[in-house]
Amino acid sequence: MIRLEKRKEPSKFWGIANPFLAVALTMLAGGIMFAALGKDPVVAIRLIFFDPIFSETFGSYSRPQLLIKSAPLILIAVGLAIGFKAGIWNIGAEGQYIMGALFGAGVALAFFPQPGWYIFPLMVIAGAFGGFLWAMIPAILKTRFNTNEILVSLLLVYVAERILAAMALGLMRNPDIPGFPGSRDLRRYEAAHNAELFANTGIHWGVVAALVAVILAYVMMTRHMLGFHVQLAGQAPRAARFGGVSPARLVVICLGISGALAGLAGMFEVSGPGGQVRIEFASGYGFTAIIVAFLGRLNPVGIVLAGLLLGLTYIGGELSQMMLQIPGAAIQVFQGMLLFFLLALDFQTNYRIRLTQGERA
Amino acid sequence: MILGSINPAVLLAALMVAATPILLAAIGELVVEKAGVLNLGVEGMMIMGACIGFIVAVNTGSPFIGFIGAALGGMALALLFALLTQALMTNQVASGLALTLFGLGLTALLGQRYVGITPPRTPKLDLGPLSDIPFLGRALFTHDIVVYLSIVLVAAVWWFLKYSRAGMILRAVGENHDAAHALGYHVKRVRVLAIMFGGACAGLGGAYLSLIRVPQWTEGMTVGAGWIALALVVFASWRPWRALAGAYLFGGVVVLQLNLQAAGVRIPVEYLSMSPYLITILVLVIISSGKGRSLDAPGSLNRPFHASS
Amino acid sequence: MKKLLTAAVLSAALATPVLADTTKVGFIYIGPVGDFGWTAGHDRARREMVEHFGDAVETTIVENVDYGADAERVMTQMAISGMDMIFAASFGYGPDVNAVAGRFPNVAFQHATGYIQDHPNISLYDARFYEGRAVLGHIAGKMTETNTIGYIASYPIPAVVSGINSAYLHAKAVNPDVSFRIIWTYSWFDPALEADAAETLIEQGADVIMQHTDSTAAIRVAEDAGVMAFGQASDMVEFGPNAHLTAIVDRWAPYYISRVQAVMDGTWEAQNSWLGFADGIIEMAPWNDRMPAELQAEADALVAAIAAGEYHPFTGPINKQDGTPWLADGEVAPDVDLATMNFYVEGITAELPN
Repeated sequence: MIRLEKRKEPSKFWGIANPFLAVALTMLAGGIMFAALGKDPVVAIRLIFFDPIFSETFGSYSRPQLLIKSAPLILIAVGLAIGFKAGIWNIGAEGQYIMGALFGAGVALAFFPQPGWYIFPLMVIAGAFGGFLWAMIPAILKTRFNTNEILVSLLLVYVAERILAAMALGLMRNPDIPGFPGSRDLRRYEAAHNAELFANTGIHWGVVAALVAVILAYVMMTRHMLGFHVQLAGQAPRAARFGGVSPARLVVICLGISGALAGLAGMFEVSGPGGQVRIEFASGYGFTAIIVAFLGRLNPVGIVLAGLLLGLTYIGGELSQMMLQIPGAAIQVFQGMLLFFLLALDFQTNYRIRLTQGERA
Repeated sequence: MILGSINPAVLLAALMVAATPILLAAIGELVVEKAGVLNLGVEGMMIMGACIGFIVAVNTGSPFIGFIGAALGGMALALLFALLTQALMTNQVASGLALTLFGLGLTALLGQRYVGITPPRTPKLDLGPLSDIPFLGRALFTHDIVVYLSIVLVAAVWWFLKYSRAGMILRAVGENHDAAHALGYHVKRVRVLAIMFGGACAGLGGAYLSLIRVPQWTEGMTVGAGWIALALVVFASWRPWRALAGAYLFGGVVVLQLNLQAAGVRIPVEYLSMSPYLITILVLVIISSGKGRSLDAPGSLNRPFHASS
Repeated sequence: MKKLLTAAVLSAALATPVLADTTKVGFIYIGPVGDFGWTAGHDRARREMVEHFGDAVETTIVENVDYGADAERVMTQMAISGMDMIFAASFGYGPDVNAVAGRFPNVAFQHATGYIQDHPNISLYDARFYEGRAVLGHIAGKMTETNTIGYIASYPIPAVVSGINSAYLHAKAVNPDVSFRIIWTYSWFDPALEADAAETLIEQGADVIMQHTDSTAAIRVAEDAGVMAFGQASDMVEFGPNAHLTAIVDRWAPYYISRVQAVMDGTWEAQNSWLGFADGIIEMAPWNDRMPAELQAEADALVAAIAAGEYHPFTGPINKQDGTPWLADGEVAPDVDLATMNFYVEGITAELPN
């Protein structure tokens, strides 16, 4: 009988080897799928994993794009990971992302068309506040009424999506173009535009914010008392309570941080790459970031790598559609495989396979 | 305003139909969550059922076999989730989300050649004189068999959880897996079975859309029904009959707003469509703030179990 | 092992060699090509265009591209990869098309249903769907026995609102007692919701269902209920052989062929085209036999009159819903009014969502 035995310490070797093994397995399984679809598997996989970075034709454009695509995922995931470590489950980042975008865009639209250096900083504050506020709903319900935060934060995503649609069709609609849904294009409003900071690098304020968040999170988790409390609460809730960690305070802090970061991500997106408030603005970053957080093993550095890897498959997926005419659905399946392999192989980091006699559990 | 044109019996009949797919998926997820597992992949399993059910029904010519295929399709995807979360100890939230992504992509591929085809017709159940009863006949006795099946399923799950020994074990596993394990129950086996049941139910719910409600196959055709089913389980505070009531309430809100619109009443659709979720949150607050915690959120929900003995 | 794999992968050759005189055309779609609606219509046109030109043209598509950063990236990569021409087949791509077009002045951009044209290498194109809606309205007004027409609408945007108005005016013209019941679904594609909407409308007395949403669900509901319906974007007759009276079929192909030809000839220049029956961009699916021969002839005549430019579906006198005059007697609606339409015409009892 095969059984898993929990390792005392996570395996360093498997921790590093697994992602490579998972990618290799995905290439194998995905390659078989592409071949079954009548596409050259070698070319397909090269387009997905290598061309966005190394291709002479696409690389110089795709590399910066990788940052643009990955930055919101990383920014959101870093915040989520702190909560996840403490056993606080915010799965409503998508809603907080939307509310951050709406608050940020709301500030911009209120000031339009005034110029002013202070407008963008105000939008940043508003964006973070919007996400924070939306995350405070599950936080307060959890601390006051012991309501499950997983479910409340998830339900609030649906509410936020509908508020977004209502805003795009109503209050925030561009008054200059009667009848059409969608707000003004913030990229055309200089004071509110989250533009590239250096030409052709893809680096905008959202990328900077993601980087800062990663560093701060890393410092907090390894050097700061709060990080210690978070770890303790996640691993030994009872010990944490005896150690003077207030669970209520931790809930508010963790949900607050993750909400604010998700809100920031939404704000940087709507004022930059996304451009405007529109019905279809939310494209699932908040949910994908949850996967990124786990692929990165809730570790800030791991999250950066996971975010970049996922971003790569998006951009490479588009390239393979374009160059090889692989259906979009096949790319989705391919990404699904990658996630499954990454998640599945991770057990080796924490568990050891043992052969035992008889059945135990 | 011409509210007179809204016929309550028809409204009732329509909301039962609108509620059936989410009810089927929700009752399955309810059992899964009762066993302490949170599977966020309901949408993925539903679309799998919609697709496989459609393909099987078209190829065999029998909607009945189609529904069996749908249940198996949903179950197959659920097994993948079970393998990941139960055997390989992956995180349930991440695995569930990945499952939805995978399911949506896979079905779009599998169903490619089935777009634009009309599936074999599922006959309505002939209940003879029952359907001639004024009001009730039209409201309750003019449906296809799956509508009744979903209600029977609710009753069965209710009985199972409340009165059967197996149901008692399942609840124990969901409430406190360490205690259940100490009592000698097979925590993982119970959970895998529950996950498979959840997948089968979600598959049936999806097939109800592709074989009866719509009926056609288009990729992504569940358009979020799986997520509504998840909300529904919470709304029901994990009680089967409340899931039925909740599904009819959700369905009712949709059907009512359509009726009001058609009758020429100006209603803010965007805001009205939020109401089921807000109500659900309210219900959640009320049940969780109450003193007794008899049948609400399973204690081990979303907590991984590993027998460390 | 990993290195070995990398080397093997990198050494493989990429694309097939491209002949210098091949025109390369990229398409980006908001939905999947298998949606049986909007995106399917554009892809049908693409295939027809490829058939027309054979080896002289090479096309590529990317489906399910979100508006914003994703669209901008896909179009940029298309431009980098050497596309001569890019079709962006959805309204929401507007800002993205303009952003990319500015950077690639030698690529011809074609944006469907848009309104932003900042650069000389962007053409806009749209179809006069309201022309088709006029025909549907005429048929519906004649065929209805309950004098109630059900209308399933997506979002309150000008293209949808002008469709409702056009259909209403022409139904009213042949049947003064007709009334419209309108349901907004706030989605382009939600089969279950559209089925529920159709059922609701039928229960409230509608015996003809019109839709401005993409799924085929309503047709099937109408078929089962024994009432009539019209298809959307494609000929949907197979979903309801009895119910399906006709459909406005999107046929972008003649336009796509002419635009690609222009690029080949080096005569392409920016345009803003709003095309209808006259250009073969929309056409009516074959009439259902249950339509009386007389009505079929009338419908044919209406199509012919619109195509010939003898008749404009919005010809005054027409008042707005609140009774204020919009078009004077004999006045024809200016295009700008139609392209920005956000009011109902007189006689429609429902209220237009803001």
